[in-house]
Amino acid sequence: MSEKIKTRISKSLLYFFLIVLAVLCFTPFWLMLVNSTRSGNEIMTAFSMLPGGSLARNWEVVSENMNLGRGFLNSLFLAVCNTVLVSYFSALTAYGLAFYKFPGSRVIFTVMLVFMMIPSQLSLLGFYNLVNQLGLIDTYWPLILPSIASPATVFFLRQYILSVMPRAILEAPRIDGAGELTIFHKIALPIMAPGIATMAIGAFIGSWNNYLIPMMLINTPAKRPLPVMVAELSAVRDITTNLGATYLVVAVSALPIMIAFCFFSKYIISGISAGSVKE
Amino acid sequence: MAASTDKKAQRSKTKNGNFLARQNYHGILFCLPFVIVFLIFNVYPVFRTLQMSFMNYKGFGKETFIWFDNYKRAFGDKLFWGAFLNTLKIWGVNIVLQLGLALLLTIIFNDMKYRMKGLGIFRALFYLPNLIACTSVAFLFKTLMDWQYGTMNQILMGAGIISSPVNWLNGEGLTAQMVVGVVGAWMWFGNSFIMLMAGVQGIDHSFFEAATIDGAGRWQIFGKITMPLLRPIMLYVAVTSLIGGLQLFDLPYLMSGTKGTPGRSLFTAVFYFYDMAFNKNQMGYAAALAFVLFLIIAVFCALAFKLMNRKED
Repeated sequence: MSEKIKTRISKSLLYFFLIVLAVLCFTPFWLMLVNSTRSGNEIMTAFSMLPGGSLARNWEVVSENMNLGRGFLNSLFLAVCNTVLVSYFSALTAYGLAFYKFPGSRVIFTVMLVFMMIPSQLSLLGFYNLVNQLGLIDTYWPLILPSIASPATVFFLRQYILSVMPRAILEAPRIDGAGELTIFHKIALPIMAPGIATMAIGAFIGSWNNYLIPMMLINTPAKRPLPVMVAELSAVRDITTNLGATYLVVAVSALPIMIAFCFFSKYIISGISAGSVKE
Repeated sequence: MAASTDKKAQRSKTKNGNFLARQNYHGILFCLPFVIVFLIFNVYPVFRTLQMSFMNYKGFGKETFIWFDNYKRAFGDKLFWGAFLNTLKIWGVNIVLQLGLALLLTIIFNDMKYRMKGLGIFRALFYLPNLIACTSVAFLFKTLMDWQYGTMNQILMGAGIISSPVNWLNGEGLTAQMVVGVVGAWMWFGNSFIMLMAGVQGIDHSFFEAATIDGAGRWQIFGKITMPLLRPIMLYVAVTSLIGGLQLFDLPYLMSGTKGTPGRSLFTAVFYFYDMAFNKNQMGYAAALAFVLFLIIAVFCALAFKLMNRKED
């Protein structure tokens, strides 16, 4: 009996700890949402967990200073393009590497693995220099095109397709005379869909949150995606003096990801686990 | 020439049959877009950076080779090594908290006796901070931890824990580094937790059952079964964290208002690299710094692998 009570008490304590931790993870976001509805004065003078009534005013201050809607659309455009390119071309490459034998396929695979381990700033200066020479500074091309080659995604999808798709599946349509690309579109792509979905969500979030490269390459304010706008808040005085408006900008940039997470958290988490175990 | 194509044809005939061999050139076509873009945007820039590291290049104008002068300068650059030390300190705070917390949670959720529920929802909540852009997180904490108007000081002073506001991010000594380390741990512990959990789920469950039946205690099971079998995943988490940690940039850069704070305590190695390249226009030197950092990371990784392998013998 006493053993049972002891277990129950320590179990309750553990749940309490987990809940505190969960609250700690969530509180900053809650404060962000709450503070975006309070006026700058309220935020500076007192702390509160309850929403205020200044949302409309904060929105006015934001829209007087920056085109947040435009930033939102820019981010969305970039994220959608990147997600589509990453998904399609990574799947195509993974399929090509997994189901065809051709000279050089091993070389491609090895070089890919090596480059997965190279830290990004090794290529940063060369990349900037290349974009500059191509005259593509301040355009979206260098932010979109490179996602055709995403080694980590290809690696994951190659492992994935090898484990879910038997080679024999390809024989029947080949005998029926279907083209190779048709086979890829009609058979391989649907089978790979769950794996692709996992990677696609990751790609979307990664692109949505990408900061460094757009900050380096995009000069025109109207072309900037949200993270760059958020980072440049400190340069806009009127908003900084009104803290509520500042929080509103941060909230607008974070909200879509939070909503997406509510629906796709299973895919996202399975993606992380898969990446760590299958190696 | 003719002989070699003959041989090739013969080989593919014996391997896949004549039928499949005809399809195989499609593999090349399918990989072509990837290979072209990869060569242009991944491979070429790395070699270009390597070339720049041997030159006196300012990002514009003439490029002259000065060979190893940039590297010599890097090894004697006190500011760079100071920045590197800052990086290590921030990462140290970060990894202890991050991995410690992740490990603790893994133990809690795998306890045979307690059988904790709600893994799915807790895991999702713990992962939440990973999803938000680093810029937003940095801005959020910068504002929350503001010296004058920050919510953090308001709460602590309201509760009577401190009597005067703490200057979290612009203060003396280690404070700012610890704050950034903690924020980093807050951001990433959910990710480490998920990876460790995935590792545990890969362990054959009968190990735990057998040990429990044999009367092994919680800590015995953890020390003798979970930890040894988790070692590869722990290594993976630690190494990826080290690679990421030594490249720490966004968080300190943005939390210090792109200045590194007056005491330069948030000036990290990549921060220094970035400053050299884009503010001081010393592209060649910055390129050399990038390669020095890469070498250090490679050495650290090799050491980590060696350490882990020795233990397994």
